[in-house]
Amino acid sequence: MTEMSYLDGNMLDGPLRELFAVDLSTATGRCASCGMVGPMAGLRVYAHAPGLVGRCPACAEVMVRLVRAPDRAWLDLRGITYLQVPMPTVEPFPRPL
Amino acid sequence: MTAAAAGGRRAVPLGWRVARLVQRRVETSTAQTLVLSVPDWPGHLPGQHVDVRLTAPDGYQAARSYSLAGPADGDRIALTVQRVPDGEVSPYLTDAWVEGDPVEVRGPVGGWFVWRPAQTAPVLLVAGGSGVVPLMAMVRARRAAGSRTPFRLIYSVRTPADVIYADELRTRARDDPGLDVAYVYTRQAPDGWRGEPHRIGLADVNTYGWPAELEPLCYVCGPTGFVETVADLLVGLGHQTRRVRTERFGPTG
Ligand SMILES: Cc1cc2nc3c(=O)[nH]c(=O)nc-3n(C[C@H](O)[C@H](O)[C@H](O)COP(=O)(O)OP(=O)(O)OC[C@H]3O[C@@H](n4cnc5c(N)ncnc54)[C@H](O)[C@@H]3O)c2cc1C
Ligand SMILES: [Zn+2]
Repeated sequence: MTEMSYLDGNMLDGPLRELFAVDLSTATGRCASCGMVGPMAGLRVYAHAPGLVGRCPACAEVMVRLVRAPDRAWLDLRGITYLQVPMPTVEPFPRPL
Repeated sequence: MTAAAAGGRRAVPLGWRVARLVQRRVETSTAQTLVLSVPDWPGHLPGQHVDVRLTAPDGYQAARSYSLAGPADGDRIALTVQRVPDGEVSPYLTDAWVEGDPVEVRGPVGGWFVWRPAQTAPVLLVAGGSGVVPLMAMVRARRAAGSRTPFRLIYSVRTPADVIYADELRTRARDDPGLDVAYVYTRQAPDGWRGEPHRIGLADVNTYGWPAELEPLCYVCGPTGFVETVADLLVGLGHQTRRVRTERFGPTG
């Protein structure tokens, strides 16, 4: 595998949308290893490993790992301390029926 | 639903749907635009992509990402695929796929590498090879929306014959007010082009891009090494990292 053989976090959008209802490419994550906060789209994704491995662009530690089998998926998020996901503005108050 | 609304989020996880080939357009000797019909296509934003999945008779599956080349036309979407000679998926799509045959498509996906017509900051687009595809979607969307946002496109190709969308780019550079197009040739330049063939460098980005003080949004797309080089140059020129958005297509040029 060469140095250049990674893609970016954008390519995780499809695989993660199988699991989540929201698009995580605009979410920001905090690296558990170095503390960097950045967009998921900015991760370096290695697709040759078993599954997809997303590494921190600052310290290269693994932040997310997704392995997909025909009948299940493993999602390992231990390299992320939090994910902040933009959400549509909440209705100020439930409307009367 | 409008494309703008659909480009956001939906309430359910995204599944695969069956798409069929409707039309094929030859762009260069290695690239083709494929028009697909995808029932109930929800619309999309320029810069978003789909995943395409092929299934062999023995059940083996391969999936790859392809950018949406332009706005949706009802249930129709267009992809432009460059054949990677020893590739698994692209040669099938460009050489073997016949009209009416199904493939599976998942999308649209991507919320980061997108341009919204409501954005007004100047835009720099830098494309290497087939990396022009999502950037062309932005150029087309800009015109369709009547946007006056200034756009500059720097397009790196090996030779003049490798320019995808050559005719359309020529016409648009003339007719779309506020759109500039500059080319960088890496192997063979056309007659009359100033300079020798070379890989994109600081001078190109500096000459044809926007000064960092204008705080443009930069979209860089192409082979991983190309994107790496250009993103580093832009940051070196003072552009903020978060205003340099990248989409890496894979290994080489
Ligand atoms: C978000 C995203 C959007 C994309 N949009 C487009 C698009 O609009 N048009 C398009 O043509 N491609 C696009 N790509 C690239 C595409 O997904 C495939 O990687 C490409 O078509 C090669 O797939 P393949 O199965 O034919 O080759 P593979 O079987 O994956 O690879 C075969 C050989 O080619 C090398 N290789 C892999 N990918 C590339 C590549 N892109 N260029 C050169 N060599 C490569 C491999 O290292 C290997 O040696 C996009 C990729 C991403 C991540
Ligand atoms: Zn880190």
